[in-house]
Amino acid sequence: MSSIPNNVRPLGPVVIDIENITKDYVMGEEVVHALRGVTLKIHRNEYIAIMGPSGSGKSTLMNMLGCLDTPTSGRYEFNGKSVAEMDDDELAAVRNREIGFVFQTFNLLPRSTSLRNVELPLIYAGIEPERRMERATQVLTDVGLGDRIHHKPNELSGGQRQRVAIARALVNGPSIILADEPTGNLDSKTGEEIMDLLERLYERGNTIILVTHERDIAAHARRTVHLRDGLIELDHAGFIPELDLPIAEMTST
Amino acid sequence: MKRFLYELSESWKIAAAQMRSNLTRSTLTALGVIIGIIAVTLMGTAVNGISIGFDKSMAVLGDDVLYVTQWPWKPVDDWWNYRDRKKIKTEYAETLNRMIAATPNSKLVIAVPTSSFMRSIKYSGNQVDNVFVLGTTSDFIVTSTIDCTSGRFFNELESRGGANVVMIGYDVADALFPSQSPIDKSVLINGQLFKVVGVNTRQGTFLGLFSWDSMVAIPLAAFNKYFSAKSDSDVRVKIKDKTKLADAKDELTGLMRRVRGLPPEKKDDFSINEQQAFKSTLDPVKNSIAIAGLFITGLSLFVGAIGIMNITFVSVKERTKEIGTRKALGARRRTILLQFLIESTALCLLGGFIGLVFAYLMCFGIGKAFPSFPIHFSLGLVFLSMIVSIMTGLFSGFAPAWTASRLDPVAALRYE
Repeated sequence: MSSIPNNVRPLGPVVIDIENITKDYVMGEEVVHALRGVTLKIHRNEYIAIMGPSGSGKSTLMNMLGCLDTPTSGRYEFNGKSVAEMDDDELAAVRNREIGFVFQTFNLLPRSTSLRNVELPLIYAGIEPERRMERATQVLTDVGLGDRIHHKPNELSGGQRQRVAIARALVNGPSIILADEPTGNLDSKTGEEIMDLLERLYERGNTIILVTHERDIAAHARRTVHLRDGLIELDHAGFIPELDLPIAEMTST
Repeated sequence: MKRFLYELSESWKIAAAQMRSNLTRSTLTALGVIIGIIAVTLMGTAVNGISIGFDKSMAVLGDDVLYVTQWPWKPVDDWWNYRDRKKIKTEYAETLNRMIAATPNSKLVIAVPTSSFMRSIKYSGNQVDNVFVLGTTSDFIVTSTIDCTSGRFFNELESRGGANVVMIGYDVADALFPSQSPIDKSVLINGQLFKVVGVNTRQGTFLGLFSWDSMVAIPLAAFNKYFSAKSDSDVRVKIKDKTKLADAKDELTGLMRRVRGLPPEKKDDFSINEQQAFKSTLDPVKNSIAIAGLFITGLSLFVGAIGIMNITFVSVKERTKEIGTRKALGARRRTILLQFLIESTALCLLGGFIGLVFAYLMCFGIGKAFPSFPIHFSLGLVFLSMIVSIMTGLFSGFAPAWTASRLDPVAALRYE
């Protein structure tokens, strides 16, 4: 089991402030309470892992944090601005500028080069072509793909694709990077490389929210939040094997 | 605004990439629009040509000439009221001319009598049947669009004296004198020799409407001498100012009533016609051809548009996850709407352009193969069909694009 990370960076101001949010889904006749009242504060330059079994509300919380969805009730402030009442286009603007998404399945545009993929958020932000090109090339070089900018996704390995996706997440200088199972589709060696990249980004001052069910991935974070049945079960600093490993596994060790 | 432009150019790039990567599908879909645009453009060209042909034929009548005839130039339900009218006599022209000269500030210039008959014309073994032989005076040239390519119209002397001279139409000249100049040759009309003094310029025929190409004109005196029998006569009167047509018509009506000696309580027993009246009976025909033709060809374009709509729906479905990703990266509803609208419009524009090229080539081919068919390919038509293509694209792309723009990002991202 990986060791507890030691270099914890000082906390910045609050980026995400969630208070008692709930989310209900109507599934036919039934109402599913995906979140039952979650309160959470995330500071700038935190590295936080959100864990939980499937059905715990983990994905729903991630969608909330990523402004892809709005809560049924409760308060959500992003950089001091209330998100809960925003309309579709305002949410799109927040996602564009404040949130960098990294998906398990990379979600690159298959027929576009790395450069064009990374440029996309800049296009939506209305940046002029020369600056777009310059910035995207810079970020791709930062993630170690300076020589792959004109390659299309099918000419890249899984790890390289995820790097492109991370570059795309970073390109607009977002307040948070929201990574949903970023190593889920990668072998463990490549997965570790991606985690090293995220670690570097954290050290350079980025705020990282990791959504995962894998313990050794979550172990990279400086703070771990456990969800169960739509509620926060545990929220603590670092990664504590006694708390974060399931009972069965602990007894066997 | 700037952002909108970037999104616009991005959308065009995506559309181009999309068409390239689905080449077969795009081609087949565009085919519907190609066929539609070819059909609409060709029909538009034909309608245009028909309209021009009508106007050209109509120009023979002249827009500043009134025609005094027994029958009106419009369909009548009570034909029996016209049948028993007295025939129009060529002598009226002389009487009218005296009256015109005696009227101060007359709106009329001159009256010219015409008589006509269908006859065959021969010249050394060549023969043309059913030629429209017109007997008139040398003043005729004032009331018509006669313009001799070679030679001249007969002069006043020949006119008065009833000389055996003739001016022939282009087609008649072409048939009788395939390889020599007709001037000063003598042709045989109804057993009488007539010397050719002039050949009229080619006017072209259209839909069997009258044309000078198959007519000949001889002095009225000669006409009466040889074919005095039952010919149809009328009098044409040139007016001074075609903007005061109604006044001129009133004046002529008054003069004709005096010529005929009609008491005030009696109705007119003649008709006064002008080009416009003829036009107004032909215009509905022209318009219904245009409307029916464009409607039918428009249907084929509509079918093409449905093909585009269908393929855009498929495209939206296939790329649901991509739409989710784009939304996560900050694409707004408008962005997505624009993207798919441009994809369908690009497809339609491409189809429209290809269709136009084909239509142009076809017009060119038809024009070469059948020179008499009035085909008219105008720049306006090119412009119009491009507009129609864009409208088709917008129309067919709107529903799928709207669906795409309304997709819930969470559901779209989860879509496999």
